[in-house]
Amino acid sequence: MTMLERTREFWSRDTVWPFLLDSDLPTVNVDKEIILYIEGLTVSFDSFKALNDLSFYVNDGELRCVIGANGAGKTTFMDVITGKTPCDSGSAYFGQTINLLNKTEAEVASLGIGRKFQKPSVFEALDVYANLELALKTHKGILPTLLATLSGEQKDRIAEVLDIIGLTQQHNLLAGALSHGQKQWLEIGMLLVADPRLLLVDEPVAGMTPQETEHTAELLTSLAGEHTVVVVEHDMEFVRSIARHVTVLDQGSVLAEGTMDDIQNNADVRRVYLGEA
Amino acid sequence: MSSSLMNKLGHDRQAFLLSDTGSKVFLSLLVIMSLLVIVGNLMIPETSALHISTYTVTLLGKYLCFALLAMSVDVIWGYCGILSLGHGAFFALGGYGMGMYLMRQIGDRGVYGDPLLPDFMVFLNWQELPWFWYGFDQFWFAMLMILLVPGLLAFVFGWLAFRSRVTGVYLSIMTQALTYALLLAFFRNEMGFGGNNGLTDFKDIVGQDLQADSTRVSLFVISAIVLAFAYLLSRWILQSKFGRVIISIRDAEARTRFLGYRTESYKVWLFVYSAVLAGIAGALYVPQVGIINPSEFAPLNSIEVVVWVAVGGRGTLYGAIAGAILVNFAKTRFTAIFPEAWLFALGGLFVVVTVFLPKGIVGLLAKRNKKNNGPDNKVAEADV
Repeated sequence: MTMLERTREFWSRDTVWPFLLDSDLPTVNVDKEIILYIEGLTVSFDSFKALNDLSFYVNDGELRCVIGANGAGKTTFMDVITGKTPCDSGSAYFGQTINLLNKTEAEVASLGIGRKFQKPSVFEALDVYANLELALKTHKGILPTLLATLSGEQKDRIAEVLDIIGLTQQHNLLAGALSHGQKQWLEIGMLLVADPRLLLVDEPVAGMTPQETEHTAELLTSLAGEHTVVVVEHDMEFVRSIARHVTVLDQGSVLAEGTMDDIQNNADVRRVYLGEA
Repeated sequence: MSSSLMNKLGHDRQAFLLSDTGSKVFLSLLVIMSLLVIVGNLMIPETSALHISTYTVTLLGKYLCFALLAMSVDVIWGYCGILSLGHGAFFALGGYGMGMYLMRQIGDRGVYGDPLLPDFMVFLNWQELPWFWYGFDQFWFAMLMILLVPGLLAFVFGWLAFRSRVTGVYLSIMTQALTYALLLAFFRNEMGFGGNNGLTDFKDIVGQDLQADSTRVSLFVISAIVLAFAYLLSRWILQSKFGRVIISIRDAEARTRFLGYRTESYKVWLFVYSAVLAGIAGALYVPQVGIINPSEFAPLNSIEVVVWVAVGGRGTLYGAIAGAILVNFAKTRFTAIFPEAWLFALGGLFVVVTVFLPKGIVGLLAKRNKKNNGPDNKVAEADV
């Protein structure tokens, strides 16, 4: 197209300029009931292959556990699909149409993918309420944020989440003053309040007491269905208590996949993961 | 969820601009000082002991400009963790904008009497006014440039640096390089900004004689008003949700990205805002001191500003203002009594503050308040 044609098109009377369009996000197409397509992902750091031709699919609305020894590529896999780490080859699709690999962290987040980090990373200098406020699903541009006030609905939503995570009494406290377990909960709350389509949860129960762990298990199971949840976890006991479907990673690729019973009886898994001969 | 708690939640969100003691104290002091200056200089006769000399008025006005500059650094350093060691550059650019306007106002009253060309251009045998000097005879145009030029430079610099995710000490070094490069450029006569002599010998501003007491007092009062306004605006910005995003970027940028905020754009716009404040400070500074030259770009100046902020206390705005005024007051006194020792004193001060008062003077006062009022006082912590 020549410059002139482009200019004409730009000024033509029925052109809708990009900034006039509703910034509604592309909807996730889950016609095939699969929400996350991971195909042939390979990531290498120098000569070490963190992910090696990793392929698996996550169904819409399921609660999937990803387990694996240290260095199996669990966290790298999350980094790749949330736009943090670029990958060498392969593809990752959110629904049938949205390519995740060319998106930045912020874009991935606004598509409705929420992530909870391994280490609780809440904003310690802000109070609990502000932490949740920032995580709300809303316009994240500069001006809307500068002029933002909380609507009644948003206040209700925050109050509801505060109730779920049991921090209603502490809403005024700086997040830095919370205990480790409470921080984990706050971070889960930040995921909930954003109402994401897909939740990536990295070791949610690390450092939690047995009661807290149980509570977390209940919460994650209740989320499945409406949301899709992918949990990366070390704690086999915890995985057993929540998982219906488990993917085992080893050295950057899928070693086995199936129900918890299948996995426990799988010879490869026993050898590699449970350290049995 | 009980309704009383709901109300409480809603109420807490309505951050009042002046809800904290620091702001109240600062703004009251500013008003009192301005009134004292007006009365003391213009109404009390010179023979009286209560008279405030024009020299003092100008000195105080200068402090206020430095306070505004310090506040602009605090906005990005204290709240967003971006340590700019080059804010002197934006200050000097604003100053040059004002200087160019004042030069054009001299008209044919210069030494060489050229109606159009400033003295230094005549001296360099230039025949015509360079294109970038056009328009500066108009006050509104000069004001616009004072806002635009530092803002634009900050935008380009910030866009390049933050988009490439340059942070921490690397960014600080780049800001030093920025101001040093400008220093070298402005030293050159060919740049058309008066070389190492800079711009000086100003006569009047918007038709008022710059040497007159009334003009000096007006400039002081305008500086005070601008400082108060900039303070309130910054406070409003930083207490909005935007401010909370900025604080989260300071503490955990990666996490903020995963919440869906484009942290680069947030940092760029805050940087631009801060640079514009610094530019305004420079523009107010120049008519009061009567000269602008490339030494304002010196990297050392920018580092000194950071010291003022650290001494006063980061992340409170009024702390930066207090720090700038106190350190500069000390500097004025000290350099009069014992000039050689000033830099050692400044260095010592910085060491003492860093080691013993990580939150600056304001932090010290807050701590003492807390002790007196018992452990319930949460103000100090919430301000961090």
